Amino acid sequence: MIIEFGHFAVLLAFVISILGATLPLWGAHRQDLRLMAVAVPAVHAQFVLVLIGFIALTTAFLQNDFSVQYVADNSNTALPWFFRIAAVWGAHEGSLLLWSLILCGWMLAVSCFSKSLPVVLKTRVLALLSWVSLGFLSFLLFTSNPFERLIPAALEGRDLNPLLQDFALIIHPPMLYMGYVGFSVAWAFAVAALMGGSLDSTWARWSRPWTTVAWLFLTIGIALGSWWAYYELGWGGWWFWDPVENASFMPWLMGTALIHSLAVTEKRATFKNWTVLLAIFTFSLSLLGTFLVRSGVLVSVHAFATDPERGAWILVMLTIFVGFGLFLYAWRAPYITSVGRFHWLSREALLLVNNVLLVVAALTVLTGTLYPIALDWLNQGKISVGPPYFNAVFIPLMLPLMLAMGFGVASRWKRDSIDLPKRLAKAALLATVLGLLVSQLAVHQKGVLVSVAIWLSVWVMVTAIREPLTRIIHKRSVIGGLKSMPLHLHGMVLAHFGLAVTAMGIAFTSVDSVHADEVIKRGESTTLGGYQFEFMAIEDVSGPNYKANRASIRVTTTDGEAVTWLYPEERVYLVQKSPMTEAGIDAGFFRDVYVSVGEPLGNDSWSFRIQVKPLVRWIWLGAIFMALGGFLAVVDPRYRKARVAGAPA
Amino acid sequence: MKRFIIPAVLLGGLIALLGAGLGLDPRHVPSPLIGKPVPEFNLPTLLGEQAPVTEQELLGEAYLFNAWASWCPSCYQEHPLLMQLAARGVKIVGLNVEDEREAAIDVLTRTGNPYAVVLVDSDGRSRIDWGIVATPETFVIDTKGVIRYKHVGPLTLNDWQQTLEPLMAEIANEAGA
Repeated sequence: MIIEFGHFAVLLAFVISILGATLPLWGAHRQDLRLMAVAVPAVHAQFVLVLIGFIALTTAFLQNDFSVQYVADNSNTALPWFFRIAAVWGAHEGSLLLWSLILCGWMLAVSCFSKSLPVVLKTRVLALLSWVSLGFLSFLLFTSNPFERLIPAALEGRDLNPLLQDFALIIHPPMLYMGYVGFSVAWAFAVAALMGGSLDSTWARWSRPWTTVAWLFLTIGIALGSWWAYYELGWGGWWFWDPVENASFMPWLMGTALIHSLAVTEKRATFKNWTVLLAIFTFSLSLLGTFLVRSGVLVSVHAFATDPERGAWILVMLTIFVGFGLFLYAWRAPYITSVGRFHWLSREALLLVNNVLLVVAALTVLTGTLYPIALDWLNQGKISVGPPYFNAVFIPLMLPLMLAMGFGVASRWKRDSIDLPKRLAKAALLATVLGLLVSQLAVHQKGVLVSVAIWLSVWVMVTAIREPLTRIIHKRSVIGGLKSMPLHLHGMVLAHFGLAVTAMGIAFTSVDSVHADEVIKRGESTTLGGYQFEFMAIEDVSGPNYKANRASIRVTTTDGEAVTWLYPEERVYLVQKSPMTEAGIDAGFFRDVYVSVGEPLGNDSWSFRIQVKPLVRWIWLGAIFMALGGFLAVVDPRYRKARVAGAPA
Repeated sequence: MKRFIIPAVLLGGLIALLGAGLGLDPRHVPSPLIGKPVPEFNLPTLLGEQAPVTEQELLGEAYLFNAWASWCPSCYQEHPLLMQLAARGVKIVGLNVEDEREAAIDVLTRTGNPYAVVLVDSDGRSRIDWGIVATPETFVIDTKGVIRYKHVGPLTLNDWQQTLEPLMAEIANEAGA
């Protein structure tokens, strides 16, 4: 009964989304306040109804109701309760329900925090979001219904994909969806502004915090996915340029460009056309990402159940939302005037460099991701585009970006003087000294590219903390100096610093990691990267829904000093019979020691993959800094003040 | 007007590409073994006390080479079709992959045996030679022992009528000519 109740609630939400998508838009066109007033209650009702649907499905999982097809496919009585909750979004149908719920949550938030927005603009934004909601709810109900019954009911479920039985994977999809879906708000603001024909800085000011929130969640989501791949897939890689990873990375790159471009539009009333276009593109890439992941057009390490019919549905949505946005853009853009003028050496110009590089980077990733489809379509054979392509084209774009970052944070709006480089001379000197020191002391594999990358990382760090440092020196107090800086500036400093931390981690991990695939006999040992690994024992252990071989490895330094014990496992999940590696990792600030166990090779010997990876944690630490930076920018009181000041009396 | 055309063409192209992508199956990788002779093997049989069988002994007659196992649910799915084909006189050679002998025999006694002979590949070595990723997979072998076609996943009546049957007829023609 509960599941039918949930199904009915979602059907009702679908009907209401039709009303919420059409009536208010018509009302806005006819200046009819009564029709426009439908927008807000329609949003509230959609949220409540989809929430009911979500709770119903979660209940079915918690109660092991295997008469529901989706539960029977993705759960099992032996599955621990927290994984049963996570299993709600463990496969396609449930993810879509979560997606719709998050979208409704965003709509609710927009309706609550936009009290002082001009009523026509607010109505349009909510109605456009209702269109997106309508699209996804119909997709859910007509192609991917999680509420379908299984008759007769199964006695036991088929269990959740073992790869997904993991903490990071519980929170990875919701974070990612928060980001994807959040960009629909930026899209809705841009399209609503285009419909109204007035692209003033109010519009930029309003969509800025929403975009930043979406971006920070996407940042966390991507970092979690990378971290998960690192410890769960057992090869110790942290980024594979896999189509599914690219699907989330492209909107991130475009969204990063959008955040910066919005800043220019708000502060200087310029770049307007460009910003609107970026908002449309960012959401397009979110939809494209959904398409790539859900349609099965590309093979990926993420083995989702896929279906061409679903792909076609998303493609139709993509066409409508992007096509409508671009059509409006082409129609209205010539009448938009950007007033601000700027000099070639100014913050605007540097942010333009940032934008161009980020957009080109996103397009490069897009090209590499779609290329195999194009070749296959032209009957030129099956290929997969891998890291060699992406590294070759992506890294050369990121290096100048980081160089520009350093200048950008120190530059002035409108027109900077030629003494900008002079102001940064000390920073450059410091970066050079520190960079040389770091690369001499720490890097074993020397090369031009890695030295440049290290120098640029230090450069970004130094230039990022230059502002707070100056203020601290000026005020002669750490707290006073930091307090004199507005919160959003702290956010910017932290986010830029975080990017440099990530870059540093990538540079070190890429060139300085060592790995070896070894066959070790019990009681014997091997050495790698200054550590000795002694294979002490292997034993059978069993978990709630798996059996495993757990090896015990004693790690010491080559001088015999004890470091740690590692217990890598090779698990076999009982229901799906799939083997899984559970790596043994000794995580550290400066390096990770990583051991995964493979096949028994007879004669008491087992195969092991051993890796020592310097600064690998920095990759994710930097992402945390970036997300925190975004958070600080959003909670800056200026948004609240603006709301009070801008509120109609 | 121009400002409408360029983005419309670009968007249209992208959508056409993605739409075309939907019709393609990225998992359909043609086997490199097609057009090549079957890999060498010398395998014991599951039933009876027959001596080990080599690929040489199977020459001279076209046959289907079907990899299966008792632990493979999709194999049960295609089993009735294989029974029908065997009844119609199609020669099917089975490869029992990484299975337990008793379980495999038990399946054939309970549900019927469509195979002219069942080869036993207990350690999966022959499976690797054949490039078999997952059971069931079905190969069409012609009279000269050359692999002509590979089907991945359970065979359906549709697959048989559309692809395998015409191919078998073609092979019979070649042999007759």
